[in-house]
Amino acid sequence: MAIVDLSEVRKSYVKGREEVEVLTGIDLAVEEADFLALMGPSGSGKTTLLNIIGGIDSASSGSVQVSGQDLAAMSRRQLAKWRSENIGFVFQFYNLLPVLSARRNVELPLLLTKLSGKQRRSNADTALEIVGLEDRARHKPGELSGGQQQRVAIARAIVADAPILVCDEPTGDLDRDTADEILELLEILNRDHGKTIVMVTHDPKAASHARHVVHLDKGQLSTGTDEEAA
Amino acid sequence: MSGMGLMWANLFRRKTRTFLTLFSLLVAFLLFVLLRAVAEPFAGGGVSVDGADRLVVTSKYSIIDLLPLSQLGEIQRVPGVEGVTHQTWFGGNYQDPANFFPKYPVEPRAYFDMYPEFAIDPAQLDAFENTRTGIVVEEGLLARFGWNIGDRIPIQGDIWSLKDGSRLWQFDLVGTYRHRDPGEAAPVALLMHYDYFDEARSFEEGAVGWYTVRVSDPEQAPAIAGAIDALFKNSPSPTKTSTEAEFARSFAAQIGDIALMATGILSAVFFTILLLTANTMSQSLRERIPELAVLKTVGFSDARTSLLVVGESVLLCLIGALLGVGLGASVLPAASVVTQQFMGPVSMSVDIFVQSVAFAVVLGLVVGALPALTAQRLRIVDALRRG
Repeated sequence: MAIVDLSEVRKSYVKGREEVEVLTGIDLAVEEADFLALMGPSGSGKTTLLNIIGGIDSASSGSVQVSGQDLAAMSRRQLAKWRSENIGFVFQFYNLLPVLSARRNVELPLLLTKLSGKQRRSNADTALEIVGLEDRARHKPGELSGGQQQRVAIARAIVADAPILVCDEPTGDLDRDTADEILELLEILNRDHGKTIVMVTHDPKAASHARHVVHLDKGQLSTGTDEEAA
Repeated sequence: MSGMGLMWANLFRRKTRTFLTLFSLLVAFLLFVLLRAVAEPFAGGGVSVDGADRLVVTSKYSIIDLLPLSQLGEIQRVPGVEGVTHQTWFGGNYQDPANFFPKYPVEPRAYFDMYPEFAIDPAQLDAFENTRTGIVVEEGLLARFGWNIGDRIPIQGDIWSLKDGSRLWQFDLVGTYRHRDPGEAAPVALLMHYDYFDEARSFEEGAVGWYTVRVSDPEQAPAIAGAIDALFKNSPSPTKTSTEAEFARSFAAQIGDIALMATGILSAVFFTILLLTANTMSQSLRERIPELAVLKTVGFSDARTSLLVVGESVLLCLIGALLGVGLGASVLPAASVVTQQFMGPVSMSVDIFVQSVAFAVVLGLVVGALPALTAQRLRIVDALRRG
């Protein structure tokens, strides 16, 4: 069974007096441990689709089943708890808390668990080790490079052992070499740790790291995507 | 890191702003402590258990109106009355009006019989009784003015003049008194011999300021007070008899309603602080809307996110309050040296501490309510877009 299963998903906004339809009937299934790249031009609805999969936005209609849960049927409180257990987010601009050290940023999702302080620190250190930043645990985001900050963000996304990572342009703010390092890290998480990854990107080179690629244009998915994968 | 650690880190993200806000809170709570400490005795909270068996008889219409000394004997005969003595407000200054302390003409032995909580050396009491120009003072005044027993103390009268028209009263210092309980302070005052005062003054001979009455049964005090007032109801000098605590309050009220003044000042101060702190919290919230969205993204619920915001506000107010209360507690002993001269000592009570903490929590909740509501209602996708 697909870990992400979308059926006839539509999303529209009211802008002024006009209703703008961003997603016009999306059907998408992502298998467990898959690495899917969502590509498309600006305004095509990639991020909106990713947000709906991640449970931080809701569909106007259609069915959204992620990790076996019908997200439309959940309250905001239930969704928050579900996100903490099932989804790790990676953003283009890292979105780390500038007042916290790398370790404390990584530790944030664990504040919602019943782990002891010592256990939380230990898990955060393990996550930082996985992304190769164990020696930067005490540094604040402002003291780290862009690539290092994105690694911290990835460590935060995996620290609670969420099965799904949703990544919104994770390399959009990085140079080529650093972007490749981040993409290789995501590949490792997918291949060696079994994480299901859904990544939005407009960069074909970034998409080439995914197992599958789908295109989104004017709110609709295009077919024949597999051959674009690396 | 805990939720508290997260609040703490957020609180000090802009150190200058936070320290300035904390300083404002510190000043506000310092004022709160000082004004509450001053107002508390006037509100009756600090009335000593001493004097539960004492009544004070004043003129019915005003405590500045004098009463005839002839009433003393009649009061003495009221059933339940054990003893009576009298005092009068002298006013006057020693060298400089800034050196103010109360001065009372009294009956030497009767006064110390009436106030057994004050200790005086028996030989000095004898000297006081037998020296018409003799005075005794609260012992702290010796150190304050560098006086010694045997000194001649000049007092410039402002109400009372001598029969020769002059206002320079000369007294001989014959003793000191203090509170018997080393932990208690006796009221700072100069006591002079009433007989000398009455004989030397140029007007109102045979009049006294008020009577102090000791009753045999404190539970009968209201009935005895009624009996005394009934005695003089139709006389040229009707009286008003009250407990010592009530008298102290009405005496203090002559300089204004201290509690009301304190409340007025504190209301203005805290309203300003409320606006200032609310502004700080609003600015702080605006700066990190995307960060709150990240917290929600990783699984913080609406309630938990708003709790973090309001907790931060309460934490800020509590730190400011504790700093202000701490500073207040450390300056009150010094302030007490000054206030002791005219209204007794002031001190930091448990009540004031509890009120300060409770007030800080309420202030924090009020200030944090709106930012917390904003944080609760925040939609993640909209907030992330603002980043």
